[in-house]
Amino acid sequence: MNSRHTLRNSILLGLSFALMMAALYMVFVYVPTEKNTGVVQRIFYFHVPVAWVAFLAFFVTFISSILYVWKRATRWDAIACASAEIGVIFTTLVLITGPIWAKPAWGIWWTWDARLTTSLVLWIIYITYLLVRRLATDPARGARYGAVIGIVGFIDVPIVFLTVNLWRTQHPTTIIFEGGLTTPMLLALIVCIAAFTVLYVLLLVQSAELKSMKADITYLKSMMQGE
Amino acid sequence: MENMGYLLAAYAVIWAVVFGYVLVMQRKQRQLQRQVELLQESLNRSKTDDKQTG
Repeated sequence: MNSRHTLRNSILLGLSFALMMAALYMVFVYVPTEKNTGVVQRIFYFHVPVAWVAFLAFFVTFISSILYVWKRATRWDAIACASAEIGVIFTTLVLITGPIWAKPAWGIWWTWDARLTTSLVLWIIYITYLLVRRLATDPARGARYGAVIGIVGFIDVPIVFLTVNLWRTQHPTTIIFEGGLTTPMLLALIVCIAAFTVLYVLLLVQSAELKSMKADITYLKSMMQGE
Repeated sequence: MENMGYLLAAYAVIWAVVFGYVLVMQRKQRQLQRQVELLQESLNRSKTDDKQTG
């Protein structure tokens, strides 16, 4: 890793830490408690940014998979795979934090409504992506199959996003775009989204570098064994 | 502060999972670093052998 990479990673780490501290202050101190659902509404300030990062991660996988199929450069495959991995982690967090909010708000942990079900389907699609990558005996073939899932699987992302508008669901609608938040609430949400986006970029850069390094080592090993 | 436990549980899960992922990445990095060192050693050995036979 050269000094430019180290400097970039240090800046991302510092920025991520500062934004997370600001986000925690805003969520626990600055923002007022919502009248109807009470203190548990504060889960929203992390649940929404985590969902945003999951969508962003799968979008990056989608674009990188297209670029890999087109250019066959392993760099794009490393980015696609790293982003899918982070997307799965953040979708897992969405599927955990959602029910934790739902239990006190709805009285139940889970219901098979359109938003929750399509979110679970999204998680299964990208778990499949990671399993295909891991179980493929030939890395190049695994990358090709993964790229196909990364491109086709992305169809579910806009479906998840639109479910609350297309169907009658128990999940709250997109109040952010309808002026349903007060200014402090909106400000806290924006800071939280920024904090999690920077954290995503930091994790992506680190993970993609590791995957590229692993691919280089595998290639070098095969070259040495072939000599 | 009703339902505070749910709020704390949600935040704890988020940080535990993110921290766990960072730890997994760190372990992978150490493993790769070891593999690079082994490759370097192997390369140096083969260079020495080449010099001796050449």
